[in-house]
Amino acid sequence: MLTVVFDGVVYSSWLFLMAAGLTLIYGVMRILNIAHGSLYAIGAYAAASLGGAWIAGGQAVWATYVALALSALAVGLLMGPLIERGLLRWMYGKDEIVLLLVTYALFLVLEDAIKLVWGVESKMFSEPYALLGNFQLGGLAYPAYNLVLIAVAVLTGVVLSWVLHRTRQGKLLLAVIHDREVSAAMGINVSRFYLATFTGGAVLAALGGALTAPVIAVSPGIGVEVIVLSFAVVVIGGLGSLGGAALGALMVGLLRSLAVRYWPEGELFVIYMVMAGVLILRPKGLFSQPEARRI
Amino acid sequence: MKSIMARDRTVIALVALCAALGASAWLAPQWLVFLLAMALAKGLVVLGLLLLMRTGLVSFGQGLYFGLGAYAAALLANRAGIGDAAVMLLAGTACAALVAAVLGLLLARYREIFFAMLSLAFSMILYGLLVKSSTLGSTDGFNLHAKSFAGIALGAADARRVFYGVSAIAVLSVGWALHRYLGSHWGRLSSAIRDNELRVEYLGASVYRVVYVNYLVAAALAGLGGAFAALAVGHVDPETVYWTTSGEFVFIAILAGTGNVLAPFLAAAIFEALRTLASQYAPNVWQMALGGAMLAIIMFLPGGLWTLLKRKPA
Amino acid sequence: MDAAEEKAGVSALLSAEGLNKRFGAVAAASDITLVFERDSVVSLIGANGAGKTTFLNIVTGYLRPDSGRIRFDGHDLVGRSPREITGMGLSRSFQIPQLFATLSVRENLLLAEGIAGAERAEQATDELLARFDLEPYAARAAGLLPEGIRKLLDVAMALVARPKLLLLDEPTSGVAAEEKFGIMDLVMSAVRGHGVTVLFVEHDMDIVSRYAGRVVAFYDGRIIADGPPQAVLRSDEVLRYVIGEDVRAAA
Repeated sequence: MLTVVFDGVVYSSWLFLMAAGLTLIYGVMRILNIAHGSLYAIGAYAAASLGGAWIAGGQAVWATYVALALSALAVGLLMGPLIERGLLRWMYGKDEIVLLLVTYALFLVLEDAIKLVWGVESKMFSEPYALLGNFQLGGLAYPAYNLVLIAVAVLTGVVLSWVLHRTRQGKLLLAVIHDREVSAAMGINVSRFYLATFTGGAVLAALGGALTAPVIAVSPGIGVEVIVLSFAVVVIGGLGSLGGAALGALMVGLLRSLAVRYWPEGELFVIYMVMAGVLILRPKGLFSQPEARRI
Repeated sequence: MKSIMARDRTVIALVALCAALGASAWLAPQWLVFLLAMALAKGLVVLGLLLLMRTGLVSFGQGLYFGLGAYAAALLANRAGIGDAAVMLLAGTACAALVAAVLGLLLARYREIFFAMLSLAFSMILYGLLVKSSTLGSTDGFNLHAKSFAGIALGAADARRVFYGVSAIAVLSVGWALHRYLGSHWGRLSSAIRDNELRVEYLGASVYRVVYVNYLVAAALAGLGGAFAALAVGHVDPETVYWTTSGEFVFIAILAGTGNVLAPFLAAAIFEALRTLASQYAPNVWQMALGGAMLAIIMFLPGGLWTLLKRKPA
Repeated sequence: MDAAEEKAGVSALLSAEGLNKRFGAVAAASDITLVFERDSVVSLIGANGAGKTTFLNIVTGYLRPDSGRIRFDGHDLVGRSPREITGMGLSRSFQIPQLFATLSVRENLLLAEGIAGAERAEQATDELLARFDLEPYAARAAGLLPEGIRKLLDVAMALVARPKLLLLDEPTSGVAAEEKFGIMDLVMSAVRGHGVTVLFVEHDMDIVSRYAGRVVAFYDGRIIADGPPQAVLRSDEVLRYVIGEDVRAAA
């Protein structure tokens, strides 16, 4: 059982990084960003490239962790503003569904852009993963790398939560999430928050990808499944709620872990079943904010 | 009847299209027959999306019914030993309609992002089941053949041509029916719901009922399209139910716009043609081209997105 | 029959008793009790936020009151949806015209006729277009109309269902001054002779005094005056809380 829980928590950590950015972007900008999956993939590729180059250049293996962090930051700080200022800015005010389609179109473009830049073969970047070796848990050998994943996720959650609830800028962001129009009317520079939020989300997505790169074969199309899983998490937790993203990630991670152990055929099924269930019973998610009334 | 047809250019175009397709069923080379057969099958799904978009809804889960139609047809062929294509087509449509009758009760309460997400979730539920089910072929899927159509035996060489010819007739009748539907009070009501649900309720009509019926029709069309596609390809697999397939249908729907029932078929034909070309010569930029085209249409060619764009966000 | 109805006699078409509605700290309706007779024209006045639109929203089923009863033509209204209430013969127009922007004026009316179950919808639509002088705009999309015409269309659509009770929410707001009387004349002539009871919310006191046989004044969710226009429009409370004049100076 312990192993099931641990597996679940590892999976949840990974999901949380994706879901946190996605849910905040929706909360602030009312955009369900399908291109988040591409940002994840680009983060993974960038990490693999940068890290691989460093190793080939003779750097110490522990330096690859720096490569991970750097590439995530670089991707997020580059792609975030590029996408937000270059494309999304022209679309604000349109229907939510139209914005969804815009991010879907962007996703398609980026998927092929990845292929053009990095080619279609898989890239391996297992050094950071191998470096840490294994530890014993419940009689099985577990990669210690998973602990890094959990640590980063928890740290991210704590930092984000602190920024949102304790800093002035964070509280303003929460105000924008709660009611965009009133916030703008009160003089909050909503446009700047859009840029900051989207960029932050992009960094998180890229980080999720970068951290995953050592564990998988980085190949085209890894963003495709991630995004739909992230949607499930975000819906379950409530669009726009950071706490919801955390709990949603935990739920999905543990559920999946249980399914894999006791009912493998139902692995994907249960996740989307819960997503549908939440949409049906509490469409605003399990932890959503009450919405301001609009007569 | 003649006078109606004389004044309605859409109907004339539909008849002409059907005649041309029917003729090409026997004269055109196999690869073209296949391409056009797929175009018609997908066009049927997109026709359903057109109806939903007219009502102000975008479904990201039509793949569910497309897949149900395909698998229903395939299962009849493989497990129930039924070899008649006509039966398979009917079964595919009925299966989709039945599931929609149940799911629609729920989905008709939702709008916007939630409708899109819920429809996506349902399709992914089926995907999750199919992919992990070894009895249903898992990710590989399985094949199907039809040995007859409505009792008339089919030779292997002719089979695809016959399906294609039949689909042309189906397109004509379905297209004509939907055209009449959209021009009727119910069609107006659907557009009104997209424009202003509140007023529709205040005038005394049930928005829920209209959305439910439209959803049902769209699902049935997708099921029929799925069955046709399965017959044309001779194979089914879970990819039909994956969210990217639903996304493809949405793309074609945007390309088509909601102006006319012919548009989905034209758009689907263009799509299939370009896709065939792209997979031959430029497989790594195909999605980019799709994405770019979609952005261009959203931004500059309101055509189809126009109806969505004109609606002000709440 | 409840107490209010008994007082007014059986002819009461609409009777609201003890309506209460709070939004957090705001009491949008406090113990509202009103009775409306058939075939009357009543104006509801009050400053913005006084509770007039809330009253309309509650009566038409858009909002559920925290407590209280409403009876219309012998049936209870509380808990029913706007759709059901429209079916019972109660129709409403809106402060901000609620139209079908991408459909033409003609299609808007045709749709309303279709929903109301008109047997010869096309013909009825043509008649309505003529009666409301909307023919020049018949083919134009409702989203592209000038403001006054939007209001007209909104009201015309409310009339399609041949209601027994017509609620008009600020029928002349946003309309140019010289057109206001025109709109009210059109509406009144359209309902005259059909025994329709009209309740209209209005800010323009000239319109109120000209068309209303009775005026009900709202303030802060309560009714502060109820009677013939001459009396109500000159009462101290109304002058102070609705019209906004300094009572001492006026006296």
